Amino acid sequence: MLNTLRKVPEKLIDENNVRLDRRGVNDLRPVKIEAGVLVNADGSAYIEQGKNKILAAVYGPKELHPKHLALPDRAILRCRYHMAPFSVQERKSPAPSRREMELSKVIRESLEPSIFLEYYPRTSIDLFIEVLQADGGTRCAGITVASLALADAGIPMRDLVAACAAGKVEGKLVLDLTDLEDKGGEADLPLAWMPTLNSVTLLQMDGMLTTDEFEQAVNIAIEGCKQIYKLQKEALKAKYVAVREEAEE
Amino acid sequence: MSSTIVARVKQRQIAQLISLGKRLDGRGLTDYREVQVETGVIERAEGSARVLLGKTEVMVGVKIEVGEPFPDVPNEGVLTVNAELVPLASPTFEPGPPDENSIELARIVDRGIRESKAIALEELCVEPGKKVFVVFVDVYVLNHDGNLIDASAIAALAALLNTKMCKYEVKEGEIKIKPGYSPLPIRNYPIAVTFAKISDKLVVDPWLDEEQVMDARLTITMEKDGKICAVQKGGYGYFTTQQISEAAKIAQEKTQELRKHLVKG
Repeated sequence: MLNTLRKVPEKLIDENNVRLDRRGVNDLRPVKIEAGVLVNADGSAYIEQGKNKILAAVYGPKELHPKHLALPDRAILRCRYHMAPFSVQERKSPAPSRREMELSKVIRESLEPSIFLEYYPRTSIDLFIEVLQADGGTRCAGITVASLALADAGIPMRDLVAACAAGKVEGKLVLDLTDLEDKGGEADLPLAWMPTLNSVTLLQMDGMLTTDEFEQAVNIAIEGCKQIYKLQKEALKAKYVAVREEAEE
Repeated sequence: MSSTIVARVKQRQIAQLISLGKRLDGRGLTDYREVQVETGVIERAEGSARVLLGKTEVMVGVKIEVGEPFPDVPNEGVLTVNAELVPLASPTFEPGPPDENSIELARIVDRGIRESKAIALEELCVEPGKKVFVVFVDVYVLNHDGNLIDASAIAALAALLNTKMCKYEVKEGEIKIKPGYSPLPIRNYPIAVTFAKISDKLVVDPWLDEEQVMDARLTITMEKDGKICAVQKGGYGYFTTQQISEAAKIAQEKTQELRKHLVKG
């Protein structure tokens, strides 16, 4: 509470279409992604998107406990999205909130279409997403980093899933909203996208948009996902370049 | 038949018929089941409604209590939506704390009401920062035959429209009840339309067996002027952008149709 109680400033976008953090309306925040950051996990990744800092880890495919949850023809994906108590302005109780329960579900459903679950019957793949610092768009950054962690674990996938939000702030459609823009804006539309299959695997919206604006926002979000997808691929490749350099030394 | 497992033969039949533009229960792809709305069914609640959507049955009770506002909106009342998947409604519902399905259901209904500003929450403030009215919307699923979201959203709105508050006056920070009732201030009428993707086609209002077969689910909630106020995708599958645009167009028509059950004229 003591440090900088932020107030919503009067204008989030100035007359030249420049946002508070100097971005244009169609710009992403600076994104840094790294694969293979945790030793114990079968796969892991870390993302920084603006002030968001999120870790993801994958354990499995492994034997499932309790056993009765196992499916005879495919693996089950279990997902936990969780925010650290210190990740937001006012301390968040570490117990899972209703929001986190819902997000865990929609994130799982956004990643399931990308995985060949039928290759690993009777097993589980456990996915943990820990938000260390949050500044709007954590579910999307969470999906982006989780998909990379799944790839890092060597799990066969149809495609990487990239996610990004679009929304409406002060009457303008914008990409990748910060927490301030989400709270002060008119609408927020998180979307996850598998490029090679042209498929939307997560779509939510709250706020108020006309049908036309809604369709435009979907397209803006997809453009953002395309940029993030590139960064995901680079991060995955970078890990193996690093490994090879080590081997050559 | 209490089992929720749909035989492979039936699954294939449902999928094949839909690919031909037909449905097993004889409906067209964009037809709703019969909707029946009854309000004021629970006298103890400030507002209530029972909605039948085909055989899906949902009851909603609204209770109003005095509580504290959220610190970031000190002069607004509080809206709380909760959903219970009561074990008597389906063999798949287990007793215990709300699971992710009931939480998701409650949050979709909540988002529709909240984002369309259906309740004039600013009129529910008694003493800024200290005392406001808290509106509890409790969704009670009594029989599960598919599409709980739309049935719950209709029932929640019907119950809110049915809600009466005691008249009151404030004396030295205390609430004094006066005789008589006034309706809860309602400003908007959000309606949810849910689509299932089966055989790469969109069908509205999936019943239980169709939900077992569907690849993915998409719910679009629209307010009275046809603006979209909430969207939620669910299920393991995906949608193409064309399908999303198509769904938005169909929802435009269907929300108007459904709203006629609640708001006359």
